[in-house]
Amino acid sequence: MTETAPVPVITVSNLIKQFGRFAALRGVTAEFSGGKLYAILGDNGAGKTTLLRTLAGLNQPSSGEVTILGASKFHDICQQVGYMAHPSLLYDEMSGMENLEYFARLYGITSGTRCAEVIRAVGLDPELVRPVGQYSQGMRQRMSLARALLNDPKILLLDEPFSNVDLHSATEMVRLLAGTRDQGKTIFIVTHQAALLEGAADEFVWMEYGKIVARTRELKRPASSGERSGESTK
Amino acid sequence: MIQSLNDSNDSMKRAFPILGVLTAILLSYGLYMALVGAPTERTMGDVQRIFYYHVPSAWTAFILFFVNFGASVFYLIKRRPAADIVALVSAEVGVVFCTIVLVTGPIWARPVWGIWWTWDMRLTSTLVLWLIYVSYLFLRRFSSSGQTPTLAAALAVLGALCVPFVYFSIWFFRTQHPQPVMGGGGSIDPRMLHVLLINWLAFSCFAFLVCWSRYRLEKLQRDVDQAHALESLLDPRRGVR
Amino acid sequence: MSAPTGITRVTLLKDLRLEWRSKDAINSMLFFSLLVVVVFSFSFDPSAEESRQIAGGLIWVAFLFAAVVALNQTWAREIRNQVLDAYRVSPAPANSLFAAKVLGNFIFVTVLEALMTPLFIVFYRLRALGPAWQLLLVAVLGTWALVVNGTFFAAMSLRTRSREIMLPLLLFPISIPAILAMVQSTTAILNGEGARFWIVLLVTYDLVFTTVCLLLFETVLNAE
Repeated sequence: MTETAPVPVITVSNLIKQFGRFAALRGVTAEFSGGKLYAILGDNGAGKTTLLRTLAGLNQPSSGEVTILGASKFHDICQQVGYMAHPSLLYDEMSGMENLEYFARLYGITSGTRCAEVIRAVGLDPELVRPVGQYSQGMRQRMSLARALLNDPKILLLDEPFSNVDLHSATEMVRLLAGTRDQGKTIFIVTHQAALLEGAADEFVWMEYGKIVARTRELKRPASSGERSGESTK
Repeated sequence: MIQSLNDSNDSMKRAFPILGVLTAILLSYGLYMALVGAPTERTMGDVQRIFYYHVPSAWTAFILFFVNFGASVFYLIKRRPAADIVALVSAEVGVVFCTIVLVTGPIWARPVWGIWWTWDMRLTSTLVLWLIYVSYLFLRRFSSSGQTPTLAAALAVLGALCVPFVYFSIWFFRTQHPQPVMGGGGSIDPRMLHVLLINWLAFSCFAFLVCWSRYRLEKLQRDVDQAHALESLLDPRRGVR
Repeated sequence: MSAPTGITRVTLLKDLRLEWRSKDAINSMLFFSLLVVVVFSFSFDPSAEESRQIAGGLIWVAFLFAAVVALNQTWAREIRNQVLDAYRVSPAPANSLFAAKVLGNFIFVTVLEALMTPLFIVFYRLRALGPAWQLLLVAVLGTWALVVNGTFFAAMSLRTRSREIMLPLLLFPISIPAILAMVQSTTAILNGEGARFWIVLLVTYDLVFTTVCLLLFETVLNAE
């Protein structure tokens, strides 16, 4: 299943994440190579978001290890990673530009043009003074994506970027992301709208009940029931 | 995992009753000595005998809070779940003994000083200590399970650091204000001291015993939770979400 | 990466700007503190001499209530839309965020106190017999003690159930020595007595708890 590509940018080994009496990740082991667009698919509660949050260093795994770009501590490589969550991660009361200016400072970006640049890249107007709270859902998602792109990350982790976005904007976003991938970035997209990514994604990663059950080149859901019952408990 | 559970259960099965019997003997001997063996105090009379429960409880509670502090620091550094359980059980049992101190204190104070409560330095600092560790237990109860150990350990460290401040502030607060004359002060009859130490030993053994079983219980509970968590996802019908 | 102090500064400015835009919080807080003063004044109607004895306690208990309400708002904005996560994935140090929040709260609570104090003075006919600059010093030190611990515990109670009630449950017990020091020193100064011990105690308390909160904040922020 491993690609012929060079060194993997992300290695995950036997990742377990337990929340009290509930395990969201139940032993995830995988390698992901650079310059690809991965779509992470699965039902609700399959552990997609938890996996993404763990990659972003927001969850401490109960056991197992994550290595990103050779570093096991997220903080060492956080400059190289962009993260977009399901909520917008933006302050509702400030305009898009003001939001991005603040986050740019957190990344030590002082150039004033960078913020306008990413806002234009996602197809919005940097001059817009309206606070983000009054944006439409589609605009907010795009602004949120702009925030994730701010530090020009090598790795992008996106959680449900297309939810509640109209089809037109969503296809726009997919095109933008595919372009970003072509620049050599690695992109992970957790989504329910897999069809949007057909043709754009290099690989579909199927998750079920806290595990990666299959990785396919095509958007074709693998037979899963056998997987589950055949699993040995130890 | 099952194997290791059985192993430690076996060693527990052997050691626990021995310690239990020893503690029971110590406790009954301590009770006998406190009620009969120790000499009657000259001015306070028999009511002073509560002293043999009041003071050992306080010492035991202080030791347990100290254990809680040590375990919390250890947890923050090493992140061992066992240290977290030690911190939890020592705080729980410590609060129980601290409560005994706060209940026996007024019972003792009423006949002797004629008042239930006085902002006496020792009583007041014990009360503040009790408040701090009760809030610790509240935090443990109300935080979601994954982050409880870390948050609780941080609070335990702050709480322990607060103790010297509590002590000094109340010491100075008291020296400014008149307070009832405390009985005696200074030397204690060697026979009384003997009974006191016996009782303290008995209480410490008892506390250790309770902590131990509580530790086992908590460990078991966490193991069960973990097994449950890993299993629940196998069978979607049992979906815990 | 910009210097940690730079990040503290932009975060503080951002908070002040947000606070300024949605003035609801400030207004309701100001009104709340006004209510506290009035209710306290109704409850006790002492002579000028008596009020000097009890004012220290009254004022600080009132400040404490107002501060808790203010502190509970500290992280609300960061939780909405999970903006806090955006900070956590960035390279910005956790302590810069903590420092910004503490400074913001300090400004906020100081404004509340500045509003409440004149009312107390009028309602209780207060006149300090001791040096007034010492009162100012006690106010600054005491407010700092409340705000440092309060910001820390507010962050701690972020992800607990019944968040709002958790803050006082955690904050009050550990603040008892500081509260005692504030009340006693204020009363002492009002009555023209020395308050040196209490001021030294407050300074030590502030130093110790500021240091420890800074040491532990990153751990608490990333606890999951």
